[in-house]
Amino acid sequence: MTLAETIQQVTRDHLARDNGLLFGQCVTAIGWIGGTVPEMTEEEGIVELSMADMAGAGVAVGAALTGRRPIYVIRYQGFMWYNAAPILNYAAKSKDMWNVPCPLFVRSIAMEGHIGPVASASHHGMVMRMPGIPVMAPMTPAEWLEGWRWFQEHDDPIYMSEHRRGFPIDYEMEDEISGPADITLIAISAARLNALEAIEQLSQEGIRCHLVHAVWLKPFLLKDSIRESLNQTGLGLVIDSDFEVAAAGRSIAYELMHETGHPVHALGLEDRSAGFATRHDNGTPTAEQIVRCVRNAVVKQKKNEPTLN
Amino acid sequence: MTTASLAPSSATAPANTLHAAGRDVDHGWVPEAIDALSHERALSIYRQSVFNREFELQVAAAVSNKKITTPTYLAVGQEHIAATLAHTFPKPMIFAQHRAHPYYLSFGGDPAALRDELLGLDSGCAQGKGGSASIHDPAIPMYGHSGLMGDQIPIAVGAAIASGRTTLAVAGDASVEEDYVFSAMGYAQAKQAPVLFVCEDNDLSILTPVATRRQWNMTDVVRSLGMYAVDIADDPWLIAHHVLQLDTNLPAFFNIRTCRHLWHAGAGCDGPPEWNRFKLIQVRLDDLGLGSQRREIEKESSQRAKNLWKTARQQVDSQVDFKRPSNLQEKKLA
Repeated sequence: MTLAETIQQVTRDHLARDNGLLFGQCVTAIGWIGGTVPEMTEEEGIVELSMADMAGAGVAVGAALTGRRPIYVIRYQGFMWYNAAPILNYAAKSKDMWNVPCPLFVRSIAMEGHIGPVASASHHGMVMRMPGIPVMAPMTPAEWLEGWRWFQEHDDPIYMSEHRRGFPIDYEMEDEISGPADITLIAISAARLNALEAIEQLSQEGIRCHLVHAVWLKPFLLKDSIRESLNQTGLGLVIDSDFEVAAAGRSIAYELMHETGHPVHALGLEDRSAGFATRHDNGTPTAEQIVRCVRNAVVKQKKNEPTLN
Repeated sequence: MTTASLAPSSATAPANTLHAAGRDVDHGWVPEAIDALSHERALSIYRQSVFNREFELQVAAAVSNKKITTPTYLAVGQEHIAATLAHTFPKPMIFAQHRAHPYYLSFGGDPAALRDELLGLDSGCAQGKGGSASIHDPAIPMYGHSGLMGDQIPIAVGAAIASGRTTLAVAGDASVEEDYVFSAMGYAQAKQAPVLFVCEDNDLSILTPVATRRQWNMTDVVRSLGMYAVDIADDPWLIAHHVLQLDTNLPAFFNIRTCRHLWHAGAGCDGPPEWNRFKLIQVRLDDLGLGSQRREIEKESSQRAKNLWKTARQQVDSQVDFKRPSNLQEKKLA
């Protein structure tokens, strides 16, 4: 079963069995959001919102206050710049401020490639800086189900930073930390797929990489595999499909450096607006970009030069 | 005594050409409104109004002598609107924002917990985190406000749609200018969400009057959404009349013209209000032959509020480490 099919099935069960709700814009359009939404009616719990993003997010938050544990779908993560206010200032704070749970399951979907300055890429970094809402970036069925189970077992909101490149995935992705390596790659969201390609290319150059998949971004899950790998390689790189500056990648790299004492770099979207034409795109670091970054860091490390600059 | 003699008098309202059209003490008055409240209910509303007002005046005193040091939004002059709605629009889910002490009190929130919240104590309704602007009580149920003006409107709509429960969403004339308020109200109309939207229109965003901020009328805008809407003065009988007219037809919108007697935040005063509804209610009750009852109510409710705050000094002294000017050492809060 693919990730999309998994999400669709869980949603169907939530609406049919649990009196759940799903809110979103143009949910019932062609494709039903990449096949992740079951073809159900408003009477069955699929609630079409108007195109007013801030109001729509508020409506979903209000529904969450009543205990129906709504799923709120944001078709492009860039729209979080509209949607953030009610989610981060109300749903995320409600329990802390008033001890009133506001369990909202936010499915915020990243997409990239020729879709311009707003709709491109992931934007989970902006969510991570606010208290009261965990952030997860699942790419596989089991990872998504882990987030869903967490939501079922808690009464907090959760931000699921999904990526459309994950929807067709029907397998699980294990950390690759066996054998000696020159660097530890900690990859997030779609960057995980590009990192796998980069590792292949780098191995042909004689550069060996460990790869750790980062799924829980906040609270960041410092897995034993990351610590063990960094202690062995002495060098790390966090790769993300969000911006690099003041975002998840650098935040996690900072945390890892303090935890392990080893230099950890960050690589993410460039600090510029994306355009529609291919030459103006600004997406998840490509395999080539990752290769260049890793090569540079490893060479400097081997020359005993400072790798952080 | 005739119904006509009980109608409010516009002579009590000073002329103010700066104010937007419709700002007068009698705005929207209809003679049949006088029948909207029985004497018993009118007195009950008055009882709550007096308590709300006295509570707010006690808060003002606490602000003035620095017992309360956080931003405080008082509703003196507007205290009777919530009291009227609590008697005529019972048991809704409540979503309000700052200047909502009367909603909390009128719909059954624990006054001591509100007092303690304003004093920043752990025993406050939001453990001191909410302050004056973010009060709540799940038992009513009244939900807290995040501090983003107007964001309670879409949240109220969502709660009403998901639960099917009757909902009261309150904002001010400034907050309704937030763009998401329109879209949320439009969505409420599209989904027939059971929400009564109330705009307490005191004509001021801090000190900037409506006419300076916009050339449109909120009631006209709401009517353009297809929603039932009225624009009325803050006369309790008139408010009650329109609530009764609603029956169960929601959503609906009430723009209620009212006067804020004190500052936007704090206990200061910039001068006399355009009208003093509290005095006008007293005159109305007297005209209805309820003078002795109202005086008794004033005595009781006023004392109740004072007693509530009498205990505050001891609580503050024992739980809050605040710096007190030496000249306040011997002053009594009450």
